[in-house]
Amino acid sequence: MTLYLLRRIASAIGILLLISLFTYAIFFLLSPDPAVQICGKTCTPDRIDQIRAQLGLDQPFWQQYLEFIRGIVMGRSYGEGASAVSCAAPCLGFSFQTNESVMDMITARFPVTATVAIGAAVLWLLVGVSGGLLSAVKQGTGWDRGAMMVALAGISLPNYFLALLLQYVLVVQLQILPFPQAVPFAEDPVRWFQNYLMPWIVLALGYASMYARLVRSNVIDTLGENFMRTARAKGLPAPLILRRHALRPALTPVVTLFGMDFAGLLGGALITETVFGLNGVGKLAADSIAKNDQPVIMGVTLLAAFFVVIGNVVVDVAYTFLDPRVRVKSA
Amino acid sequence: MSSSVPSELTTVAEEVGAPVGAPTPARRVIATLRSSPPVLLSVAFIVLVVLLAILAPLITAISGWGPYTFDKSAVDSDLGGVPIGNLGGISAEHWFGVEPGNGRDIFARIAFGAQVSLSIAVSATIVTTVLGVVLGMLAGFYGGWVDQVVSRVMDFLMAFPSLIFMIALLSALPAGNRPVLLVVVLSLFGWPYTARVVRGQAMSLRTSEFVESARASGAGGIRIVFREILPNLRGTIIVLATLAVPGYIGTEAGLSFLGVGVTPPTPSWGQMIATAVGWYAVDPMYFLIPGTFLFLTVLSFTVLGDRLRKALDSGDAAS
Repeated sequence: MTLYLLRRIASAIGILLLISLFTYAIFFLLSPDPAVQICGKTCTPDRIDQIRAQLGLDQPFWQQYLEFIRGIVMGRSYGEGASAVSCAAPCLGFSFQTNESVMDMITARFPVTATVAIGAAVLWLLVGVSGGLLSAVKQGTGWDRGAMMVALAGISLPNYFLALLLQYVLVVQLQILPFPQAVPFAEDPVRWFQNYLMPWIVLALGYASMYARLVRSNVIDTLGENFMRTARAKGLPAPLILRRHALRPALTPVVTLFGMDFAGLLGGALITETVFGLNGVGKLAADSIAKNDQPVIMGVTLLAAFFVVIGNVVVDVAYTFLDPRVRVKSA
Repeated sequence: MSSSVPSELTTVAEEVGAPVGAPTPARRVIATLRSSPPVLLSVAFIVLVVLLAILAPLITAISGWGPYTFDKSAVDSDLGGVPIGNLGGISAEHWFGVEPGNGRDIFARIAFGAQVSLSIAVSATIVTTVLGVVLGMLAGFYGGWVDQVVSRVMDFLMAFPSLIFMIALLSALPAGNRPVLLVVVLSLFGWPYTARVVRGQAMSLRTSEFVESARASGAGGIRIVFREILPNLRGTIIVLATLAVPGYIGTEAGLSFLGVGVTPPTPSWGQMIATAVGWYAVDPMYFLIPGTFLFLTVLSFTVLGDRLRKALDSGDAAS
């Protein structure tokens, strides 16, 4: 088990390094000279050289990349002597636009993204799993068919379109919700909830639909297994069978999927945050891409990849606890 | 590029309906699908959108308004450019109304937008299907180092935060030919999802009896892969491809919505919704029309793919 875990972590780090290299190379090759960009309009060739030297942009590609990785692991400092700026580990560099530390920018905006992601995840698990279960139990009925039709529609509805629809119907027409505005929880919990409600729904709908479909088909498959017939032959009441015997095998794949989806939410949050103007990491990514702020793009891409890779490891490990068959094999 | 739209659809239809004569699995699937109202509605809508895309130049010639023609007389410049008339200026002149501000005809932009969206999605589907099937089959059939290499590349690409990366990549790339760039980027991150499924199936077919017999009669590896394994994957491939199309339509629209996809003035549904964001309160039709087209197109392909899979799964001869 320990060996397995170590191997998984090693391959995760390998993938992260590859992703960072790939991303770094692409921006190194494709982007216009950042020094010119930072320097602005009143610029002299001397000043450009100075900025290049300060940021280490005069170094060859490999050296720059290694410096970047070293900065993440042990911190680094830019420039020399009195003008040197130190950047503690994990250092992702400084924004070309605002000179802020990328790490600080991300941590400052992270709570918003976490709020959006966690709220949406709670919503989609509740709706998706319970909807799927109900559909499976009432298989073939009008409810089942209706719910599955809604789920198909939910998968197909682009989230930015849903965002506009909700805003138009709930805010403009019915005026149930106020116009979304960032209000901290401590200041006004009701307003805070109203503010996040639409982003949660928008981010959750697609996943909830997918999960409802998955849970339904898994539960139906499980109900057809031999051990379910045994349980029924023992005379157990149907709800108990469902609770005690069917749920675990049917929901284990959902845990796997949830781990991956939750870890990959940073990508989904990008559109949601942009549409609702929430100042989270996703919006930070969109803004920095619009301004071609390479260090920030690098930082957010790496963070997103980090979550996906870590999510994979966590899911694999969780699986060995949830599914006894896997545990036996790996032992 | 629009010519690729009908060819893809007809090849799928031909493949499904090819064996004429005795009741074959393909005929059974078609019969099942034909009796399902949701499938019929979906197919009808897809045909409608495809026709709209192909005939866009012709239809807009009849309607009289091209996708780039401004019509200042259709918007009220005193009210900041809101379309004149109810429902975003829908009239006999402008069938779907006009864009607020510059008065471009929305119907024409929907039709030409369909051309862009469909040709990008279908091209990306063809590229990823070919790549995914070939690499997946090779990895699954040969195993060993081939499988190792393909599987590691797939792990790597699937761990990528693809949406963020696609946006970053597209914004960093020089303008160039946007639709082609979109196809390349979508395909780069899309093929592992096809390859993963195909690989699994090829692995289980590797040890089957007909492969053994082909091997015994002296067939080489490549020949077995393409002559014996490939035909057995037909059903899976058709389902995967059908379900890939709505995925790419959605992603392309999303990228265009975020401003890194198809560049203006070329119309695209996602980009239309993006420009409609600033107008949603005063002119809801401007986002409702492209949004509804996008939603129904994605839904139709999803329903079709979903029912196709069910029909194929329900019979024992799944191919």
